[in-house]
Amino acid sequence: MRPFDYERATDTAGAVATLTERPDAVFLAGGTNLVDHLKLGVAEPRLVVDINRLDLTEIDELDDEGLRIGAMVRNSDAAADPRIRRRYPMLSRALLSGASGQLRNAATMGGNLLQRTRCVYFQDTSTPCNKREPDSGCSAIGGYTRYHAILGASPECVATHPSDMAVALAALDATVVVLGAAGERRIPVAELHRLPGDHPEQDTVLDHGDLITALELPPPRPGRSTYRKIRDRASYAFALVSVAATVDVDTSGPTPVIREAAIALGGIAHKPWRARAAEAVLRGAEPNEETFLAAADAELEAAEPLEGNRFKVPMTRGAIATVLSELTGTDEPETTTEDTHE
Amino acid sequence: MAHSLHLTVDGQEHKLAVDPRTTLLDALRDRLGVMSAKKGCDHGQCGACTVLVDGRRLNSCLALALTHDGSEVTTSDGLAPAGELSTLHRTFLAQDAFQCGYCTPGQVCSAAGMLQEAAEDAPSVVTEDLEGPIELSDAEIRERMSGNLCRCGAYVNIVAAVSQAAEESR
Ligand SMILES: Cc1cc2nc3c(=O)[nH]c(=O)nc-3n(C[C@H](O)[C@H](O)[C@H](O)COP(=O)(O)OP(=O)(O)OC[C@H]3O[C@@H](n4cnc5c(N)ncnc54)[C@H](O)[C@@H]3O)c2cc1C
Ligand code: SF4
Ligand code: FES
Ligand code: FES
Repeated sequence: MRPFDYERATDTAGAVATLTERPDAVFLAGGTNLVDHLKLGVAEPRLVVDINRLDLTEIDELDDEGLRIGAMVRNSDAAADPRIRRRYPMLSRALLSGASGQLRNAATMGGNLLQRTRCVYFQDTSTPCNKREPDSGCSAIGGYTRYHAILGASPECVATHPSDMAVALAALDATVVVLGAAGERRIPVAELHRLPGDHPEQDTVLDHGDLITALELPPPRPGRSTYRKIRDRASYAFALVSVAATVDVDTSGPTPVIREAAIALGGIAHKPWRARAAEAVLRGAEPNEETFLAAADAELEAAEPLEGNRFKVPMTRGAIATVLSELTGTDEPETTTEDTHE
Repeated sequence: MAHSLHLTVDGQEHKLAVDPRTTLLDALRDRLGVMSAKKGCDHGQCGACTVLVDGRRLNSCLALALTHDGSEVTTSDGLAPAGELSTLHRTFLAQDAFQCGYCTPGQVCSAAGMLQEAAEDAPSVVTEDLEGPIELSDAEIRERMSGNLCRCGAYVNIVAAVSQAAEESR
């Protein structure tokens, strides 16, 4: 590990000022991703600014039943918060489906959003990787691509964003609150992460020194919601494909009609993928299998799978249709609202 | 530059100076000679290094020691007074929940942290009713203990040991 110095941040403005002055500094939150990268040589900062003692650990009520979650709230505490369990069960489920009990006790909301890809070549400094080292090439293309993207990738990088939590947040229309050198701003979670394009080294739209201070959740949407994760083992594994969905069905007329639907996909793109094309097909349609498959197909039309991840196209299609069937009760009458266990 | 670090480990206070790169696991093993916490993967992938920090289970290999300056660390050794066994130690023995034993201190600390989480009604991803009380079924135990791998494959008996401890502590 390359030597670095260590500082403990005592206030948010000071933390931002330190990083803004020092291009070679990084924030340390739970450390479950950064400490790994320090060991692997993927991150080589000269200064680590530890933000664990910042006062960003509260979950507060917003107007209209929304919630503001401090950036340093631990993933396990957010998942267990009674208000989140009641109002945003999809978020609890997504958090609980990530990593392990002990990792979630350390992992923070901010760190989870900004965790980096699990692409094996990104983590292996002996192989070329455009994300780690711009213009060195992409080892995944033509290599191991089981965990890689089928949507929105570029010839420069085909990596996926690994977070489960971020997928639920994108479907919930959550916002990140960011403190930067120029003050505070808000960015929708669905717009926080970038597509790789020509600059895969930039995961997000944040600038160096930007500190995530909180997440804001709008009031819960009407309807039912769930998070479904498909992975190579039953627990403690990253998603191959995941689906976060809320659907609201109007049952007042002679035939039921989908009033509103929000869907986000994980494990298939460089960012949590909000499935707007699928949502457009669903809105106003009758909830049945034909509609669900048409919605999935509309989203997956642009899919460009790689050698090692062709299976993700039918897997995503099936996952979207299954989740929608369960949420709208069109599979069996008595499925529960949250049913995500596998 | 070395920084000063204050830790209480299994009831004993320590003051030392560490390089910032030192993980909590390396501080315990290499600096303080506390060998109860084990190094398996050193990357958060096996759980062998699990300890309780201020009562919560954490992977000590992915934490910088300095982050936990001032904390109280409990390893498997510290779960019972010297020469005695905690409930979990006893049920691991009773159920034959290990072979080589390398993963065991991490399993025991993880189980201790997990039982506390369940007692506080923290749900897991297999919990049917997110708002209901927690019943520690085998499925719940397996899910909640999934952060601890056992290369000897003692899983079946680990579930039994944790289940027995959960019963006894009810
Ligand atoms: C074995 C293993 C399995 C895992 N499985 C899953 C899984 O299935 N699903 C899943 O979603 N995740 C999984 N994870 C990843 C885990 O969720 C992340 O490592 C964790 O959420 C990162 O949070 P942290 O607080 O530890 O971040 P850190 O490691 O401290 O930081 C991560 C990055 O975010 C930056 N950062 C942190 N906080 C802020 C802030 N407030 N403002 C600005 N920058 C900040 C840091 O500088 C760093 O670059 C797994 C991890 C491991 C080790
Ligand atoms: S997919 Fe992206 S992260 Fe992986 S090797 Fe290619 S450039 Fe690097
Ligand atoms: S040694 Fe820490 S998780 Fe494996
Ligand atoms: S008993 Fe040998 S690794 Fe678990």
